[in-house]
Amino acid sequence: MKDVRDALYVARNTEGKLVRRPMSPHLQVWRWTPAMAVSIMHRVTGVGLAIGTLLMTWWLVAAATSEQAFANVQWFLGSVLGIFVLFCWTLALMLHFFSGLRHLAWDAGWGFENRAYRTTSWFVIGAGIVTALLIWIVGLAVW
Amino acid sequence: MAEFQLPRNSRIGTGKTYKAPAGAKRVRAFNIYRWSPDDGQNPRMDTFEVDLDACGPMVLDALIKIKNEIDPTLTFRRSCREGICGSCAMNIDGSNTLACLKPIDEVKGAVRINPLPHMPVVKDLVPDLTQIYAQYRSIEPWLQADSPPPPDAERLQSKEERAQLDGLWECILCFCCSTACPSYWWNGDRYLGPAVLLQAYRWIADSRDERTGERLDALEDPFKLYRCHTIMNCTDVCPKGLNPAKAIGAIKQLMVERVA
Repeated sequence: MKDVRDALYVARNTEGKLVRRPMSPHLQVWRWTPAMAVSIMHRVTGVGLAIGTLLMTWWLVAAATSEQAFANVQWFLGSVLGIFVLFCWTLALMLHFFSGLRHLAWDAGWGFENRAYRTTSWFVIGAGIVTALLIWIVGLAVW
Repeated sequence: MAEFQLPRNSRIGTGKTYKAPAGAKRVRAFNIYRWSPDDGQNPRMDTFEVDLDACGPMVLDALIKIKNEIDPTLTFRRSCREGICGSCAMNIDGSNTLACLKPIDEVKGAVRINPLPHMPVVKDLVPDLTQIYAQYRSIEPWLQADSPPPPDAERLQSKEERAQLDGLWECILCFCCSTACPSYWWNGDRYLGPAVLLQAYRWIADSRDERTGERLDALEDPFKLYRCHTIMNCTDVCPKGLNPAKAIGAIKQLMVERVA
């Protein structure tokens, strides 16, 4: 679909000649805030979770295929890269979870007052990182 | 559509530097976006050095001083210089605000001044607001009622009903919020944006207006209303301290409540 705003980029100069107007800078000049960062993070972690699910599918399919295939997955997930990927997946899950809780609260009408989003943005980031680390500390201790 | 880079004709080059007069003690640099339809060039950033000892406290004071004393071609909108007309909305130090309400002292280092983001530029700091005014028109921002008003009297409201409009009527339509919203940047052709949605809610919340249902019908659209993803830039930048995100949240809640 064509963007109707395109029409507003055509103008005439003082001599009546058609000129193309520039678009004012946006991301190039914007000063980021934690709330804005958490917002895009929610989307990125959502995509990450979907990709991570492929990993789980691979694991299950391998388990149903053969001993050798399963051993291959286990080897990959146990490698440094595999553990790193799994940790990122956990981190994405926890960040997405706490950010999702905040979206739920907003949808219920809570958390708009007194610029609370400034505090809750830091809470989402902090809680996501801390719980992801906790899960891994507990997981590695038990494993 | 989300287009993160500026079009080729919009990339910003370096411009001229105007030095402060000799002997100035408190010098501050102002980096200002310049574009003219008449010189056939890309936009550029000009640097103006201003002696703060000979200048008022606000960013608008500096802009007026520059226009008066250094470069009369510098173009920007201004009128009331006290935060009620909304004309001097621009991007200062990476955030949208009114130049007349922004103290120069609040900015560290050089003061970067750009037009409101992701808008067609008419000249220098003047953006074309045609689209956003058309969107404002589309929500029919006036009182609509079928029942006639009492003869020789106003339509009365209780104190509580009137209080529903607090935080809404104060909006001066400067559009700092809408042009701060990434959703509005990418989808502003169909998404109404925070300013217009806050105005829509101003009429929905008005006890004297009898078109609440029709107003909600008109907003029930994946783009007009639901491109709001609570990024919160709108509330963050509002120079009047209003809360467009909350108003949009209230509209979304009404949408759910009326089908429940």
